[in-house]
Amino acid sequence: MADKIRVLLAKPGLDGHDRGVKVIAAAFRDAGMEVIYTGLRQTPQMIVDAAVQEDVDAIGLSILSGAHMTLFPAVLKEMKAKGAEDMILFGGGIIPDEEIAELVSEGVDKLFTPGASTDEIVTYIKSAVKNKSSDEQIM
Amino acid sequence: MYSKKFLEILKSGLDQWDEQVAPLRNKKSMPRFFTVSGEDIDELYTPASVDGVDQDDYFNKQINHPGVFPYTRGVHHNMYRGRLWTMRQFAGMGTPRQTNERFHFILKQGGGGLSTAFDLPTLMGYDSDHERSLGEVGKCGVAVDTLADMEIIFDGIELDKVSTSMTINSPASILLAMYLAVAEKQGIPFEKIRGTLQNDILKEYIAQKEFIFPPKPSIRLITDMMDFCTRKVPQWNTISVSGYHIREAGATAAQELAFTLADGFCYIESAIEAGQDVDEFAPRLSFFFNAHSDFFEEIAKYRAARRIYARHMRDKYKAQDERSWKLRFHTQTAGCSLTAQQPENNIVRVALQALSGVLGGTQSLHTNSMDETLALPSEKAVLIALRTQQVIAYESGAANTPDPLGGSWFVEALTDKLEAEAEAYFAEIESRGGVLNCIEEGFFQRELARSAYEHQKELEKKERVIVGVNDFTMEDEKIEIPVLKIDRQVEKDQCAFVQKVRAERDNEAVQASLENLRKVAAADGNTFEAIYDCCKAYASVGEMCDILRDVWGEYVETQAAMQVS
Repeated sequence: MADKIRVLLAKPGLDGHDRGVKVIAAAFRDAGMEVIYTGLRQTPQMIVDAAVQEDVDAIGLSILSGAHMTLFPAVLKEMKAKGAEDMILFGGGIIPDEEIAELVSEGVDKLFTPGASTDEIVTYIKSAVKNKSSDEQIM
Repeated sequence: MYSKKFLEILKSGLDQWDEQVAPLRNKKSMPRFFTVSGEDIDELYTPASVDGVDQDDYFNKQINHPGVFPYTRGVHHNMYRGRLWTMRQFAGMGTPRQTNERFHFILKQGGGGLSTAFDLPTLMGYDSDHERSLGEVGKCGVAVDTLADMEIIFDGIELDKVSTSMTINSPASILLAMYLAVAEKQGIPFEKIRGTLQNDILKEYIAQKEFIFPPKPSIRLITDMMDFCTRKVPQWNTISVSGYHIREAGATAAQELAFTLADGFCYIESAIEAGQDVDEFAPRLSFFFNAHSDFFEEIAKYRAARRIYARHMRDKYKAQDERSWKLRFHTQTAGCSLTAQQPENNIVRVALQALSGVLGGTQSLHTNSMDETLALPSEKAVLIALRTQQVIAYESGAANTPDPLGGSWFVEALTDKLEAEAEAYFAEIESRGGVLNCIEEGFFQRELARSAYEHQKELEKKERVIVGVNDFTMEDEKIEIPVLKIDRQVEKDQCAFVQKVRAERDNEAVQASLENLRKVAAADGNTFEAIYDCCKAYASVGEMCDILRDVWGEYVETQAAMQVS
């Protein structure tokens, strides 16, 4: 765990609201992580390609347009196709509870909704990355 | 205004007060006394807090009467005693038919104007059946592909009886052209058409990021459209220069004020450069501000905006017509201030924010619905939001007299401070080569990202309390707000509809109109007229934008603009 945690943050779909993703990027950076922000309007393919190339521990998607039920599954599918299933997939947006449950059952690791603190998200990423790497050591 | 003697007496009283309050200072109800923008507020405001009050011309120069330059107290002499603000609720979702039903509902409930929200594919110039539109159709607003959709949205609504606002930017000319085509079909002359197009591309590069083309051709689309409207649609408000989104993206009140006015001045300079007369187009420009949670700071912001604009329009841009000096504005309460936790509390937030807009002299107002952090608003939530405005208008007494807070030493001092901060930003923007350069080098974007992060840190350190979020929280809160969801069927229906329209229209006429648009875009004719012909032939938003993307290219945000601070 001496290495810095590497996180790719992305805005998929057509949504341009980037206040949240930039706040998260700054908070992760201040928490000592390596952050790669892809910018706006990335397709699932572009996001996963970048994540593989940058060899990140986690992919974070920010979606505020209501297209989460299309975009999260599309990114998951791409992760499977590229053999990137070991990466953590998390995200944030305006997502109703029952849709969170549906996306988590499909394989999204964690979703945050309005009001979540950056502390909470940083803590989550640190522990999720730690758990994943200890799983790998056992195997 | 106040004599030297008056101010001397005041100051000696103030010294005594200072001694009396000194022992009380170690007890504080809050860790910090500051505005939502992070500006520290003095302990007390008196006439001595306001610069220039010892001058005889202070009142006429800085404040003056409502309807009189520099319009600090409002743009009309009688303000709401003559006519209330327009209660304009933003709506649009799903299919054109659903939006048409919502519009009829709003009109029946006493809403005075319509305001259309479009979905992301429409805002980004893609048709509903484009692969990039997948999952986005009808989500954030209504989907519009062709004139056939616009005909349904305004079905049964006589366009000379309503004023319509359309929140669209990159493809704004296309949507206005479709609206005018509906008017033509209803047999209504363009001179009777009233409404507002947001049409503010600069704030897209700065804040909302729904841009398609590079800045220069985007500004040409706008000036072409202004030229057309000046000649043919004289009651149409051509640009709603928007601070709303800049604020939502994290700006402070001073940044919202400064960046928005700087954008406005950039359009004015562009139109003047394109050969238009400032007094011909300026009276049709309007502004759009946010109403955030800091009550007094917001009121001061609106007052400062009017004064700054009047001074620049008269003195810098040499406008002669008084109408060119008046900053008219729409206000929307702050979406970013709403909380998902204890959402009913949002009704109270919205009421206070709306009251600040009214006390600040807004011309029209949208009040947000309490459930907007959860999903698109339900009909009940929309109704409460509209009723909030009606309670302010008819029960609170706020409409009885113009600028009720004018002359409050606190509000006047805050107004002056915001004006000075905005002027300092204008100087910085100019030293960085103007608005377009600042966009390219990411100056605005980094300023916003920094302010947004500061605000977040203040919340997390609990320097700032948000009720229900970082204090006064409820364990195991169950949210019992019915939320509106857009059926996935909407996307399928809309895709089928655009395909049907494409199959049934005269495709030769469509191709001819699109080829003409390509020619005009590549040369220097008026793009608006070419777009109007395309719309009448039922060419789609995506087809027209594809032509323009082809000729002008697509804009990609610079690396400098993506940096977080």
